[in-house]
Amino acid sequence: MRIGMPARRHLSVRVIKRKSPTMGKELVTGNHAAGRTLAMAGEANRKARGCACGAYPITPQTEIIEYLRACELTKGRIVPVESEHSAMAVCMGASLAGARSFTASSSNGLSYMTENVFAAGYYRLPIVMIAVNRTLGPPWNIWVDQGDSLALRDAPWIQFYVESHQDLVDTILMAFRLAEDHRILLPTMVAMDGFVTSHTQMVVDLPDQEQVDRYLPNCDVPHRLRSDHPTTVGGLTWPSETERHRKDLQRAMERVPDVLDEAIDEFENVFDRKPHGILSAEHVEDADTIFVACNTMARTLRGVIKKRRESGERIGMIKAKMFRPFPRKAYRDLLSRAKKVGVLDRNHSPGSGGIFWQEIAASLQGHSGPLLQDYLVGLGGGDVTPEVIDEIIDDLAKRNQAGEPVWKEVAA
Amino acid sequence: MTDTVISSECTQCETLLRPGNTNCAGCGMSIGLQWLDKALAGDKTYLVIPACCGIVTAGAFPTTAYGTPTAASTFASAAAIATGISTVVDLNKDDHITTCWAGDGGTYDIGMATISAAAERNENLLYICYDNEIYGNTGGQRSSATPEGVATTTTPKGKAEIKKDMMAIMASHRIPYAATLSVAHHADFMRKLEIARRTKGFRFLLMLSPCPTGWKSEPAESVSLIDHAVRSGLFPLYEVFDGLRYRINIQPDGTPIDAYLERQRRYTNSTVEPKILQRHIESQWQYLNGMAKTFPADDERAAL
Ligand SMILES: Cc1ncc(C[n+]2csc(CCOP(=O)(O)OP(=O)(O)O)c2C)c(N)n1
Ligand code: SF4
Repeated sequence: MRIGMPARRHLSVRVIKRKSPTMGKELVTGNHAAGRTLAMAGEANRKARGCACGAYPITPQTEIIEYLRACELTKGRIVPVESEHSAMAVCMGASLAGARSFTASSSNGLSYMTENVFAAGYYRLPIVMIAVNRTLGPPWNIWVDQGDSLALRDAPWIQFYVESHQDLVDTILMAFRLAEDHRILLPTMVAMDGFVTSHTQMVVDLPDQEQVDRYLPNCDVPHRLRSDHPTTVGGLTWPSETERHRKDLQRAMERVPDVLDEAIDEFENVFDRKPHGILSAEHVEDADTIFVACNTMARTLRGVIKKRRESGERIGMIKAKMFRPFPRKAYRDLLSRAKKVGVLDRNHSPGSGGIFWQEIAASLQGHSGPLLQDYLVGLGGGDVTPEVIDEIIDDLAKRNQAGEPVWKEVAA
Repeated sequence: MTDTVISSECTQCETLLRPGNTNCAGCGMSIGLQWLDKALAGDKTYLVIPACCGIVTAGAFPTTAYGTPTAASTFASAAAIATGISTVVDLNKDDHITTCWAGDGGTYDIGMATISAAAERNENLLYICYDNEIYGNTGGQRSSATPEGVATTTTPKGKAEIKKDMMAIMASHRIPYAATLSVAHHADFMRKLEIARRTKGFRFLLMLSPCPTGWKSEPAESVSLIDHAVRSGLFPLYEVFDGLRYRINIQPDGTPIDAYLERQRRYTNSTVEPKILQRHIESQWQYLNGMAKTFPADDERAAL
């Protein structure tokens, strides 16, 4: 199945040269925007050690890697490997040799890759990966569900969830800055909705190569393999050192919000607009009820909230964007004043509930907080329409006690 | 980041394998790695070692017994991580040899898809499998390189299946160079490494690696066991160029297999009779001699 724009329409990264920033607006699919941004980031490292990546197709991510494979990079290579496990392994090797590296996957591809996803983080390699969210199978289902990337929540990766094509492009660029920053050195995942984002078109302000060159400093992996200083990377450790390794990871995670703020400021300098940060709180100041959602569900939610506010409801929302590190304090500060909080989870952790809900519950833990209710909605790509969200809002309004996560079924 | 626990420092790194490594006495890797060091003396080398005894060899953080930059890879991924490294080496014209050093588990079993794909893409790397015919690191379980009859912890009554022919598999990828290595034949070993060194693309070397711990043999007899395996014909020394042209290095001299088996307690309860093994050896040689006669290596490629 192939919906959307053929990937082979704009191939060479180097030909993407435009005269003025206003000409940067283009109608593109999410996959196309992602492929192009990754390629430009790779190209931007041509004066350093170049870029190299492993790539393997899976619906709905395929067009990203088709795009990358068709690019002519000045100093780069996209290796067409035999599996996602090897795709991440090639990225790790490239990064260990000092190059910029990135890849993309979805669904079962991400779960097949899992061992090396963890390894990349434990090695502290600044790899950027696009996750095009898709339901894990079997039964097979190609539609959106965040369960694939959220299954990797315990991996040492920064995770962002984006709501639009523009958010996607901006976040990918910031992801490289974050990942490669020596205070961080963590791989970073940018997740978008399968089909809803990957295969639809939106007008996007796409950067040009010169801007990306300015925004992304040369990639320097400080612990890369080098003959003048031979080390063994990733060898054996004893418990005390492993504990130190994990604490280092935690500290690096804790530095992310500040470094992200810097990345946003610098983004504004170079691109002349301000990208979204760790989350966006909208109309929360006077809200009794606040809903939390990520990705395109947040966009639908925004429309519904706007309408209901117009009819006088004191209701607000948080668009969740950064999932790892989870900004517990920000959620606590924003949510603890509300009376009720509803979480829309397009994922399901069997035996527990929604994963965003779990994280938010943990954030509010120990604080006399709001009534917190989880809604499992849009699993397996069910269409979360404004009507569905209205029903959820009505449900929460009626409750005076939180219950088990609610399965909010939607029409196919 | 500098103090992060991920890189172990090599302090005195004149040689690829330094004293103080954790190999068992009589381990084939100790010889193999030292000879590799000599063969690649003039070259800069990156090593990629998956989960196996070969990474334990390094010892624990913060030091390492490897005197050359080394990546400890996940079990199945040596050839893919090496692909990433050698790609960047080539992009930057770094002039390094990227070398995988992997056990039979990481090569014949879990790493099979990875090595096959890297070979099919003809990645520019040298892959050496030290084949001790067992999972040494995890305490001696069967692999698909374990020969028939051998007792392991997961084949307590002896393995029923025959050993996988990894050389044939690699040759079928039409890689530029594949050869077997013996730690009892120094000149042959060094010559093959020299060919591998000079060849571009995917090079596969298979070294039968004595493992006193897994083979239940005397450490002092390791080299003589390999010599016996070569002379009896059990482990043929040969080369395959471009997957099509064969050259046999040493013909069996008629030494019977029996004393090879008797000196390893992994064969003690084997239900496979020596004469059956002998027959398998003969048919293997019939095949190899046939290939070498019909499709001999041309002198130019094989000259060394
Ligand atoms: C994915 C994965 N599965 C299992 C293991 C456990 N494991 C580590 S090494 C090893 C066996 C290695 O055997 P081999 O490659 O023959 O090398 P040797 O230890 O004999 O040198 C196994 C099963 C692992 N590290 N990773
Ligand atoms: S178990 Fe075998 S392969 Fe492993 S170090 Fe000991 S002798 Fe070498």
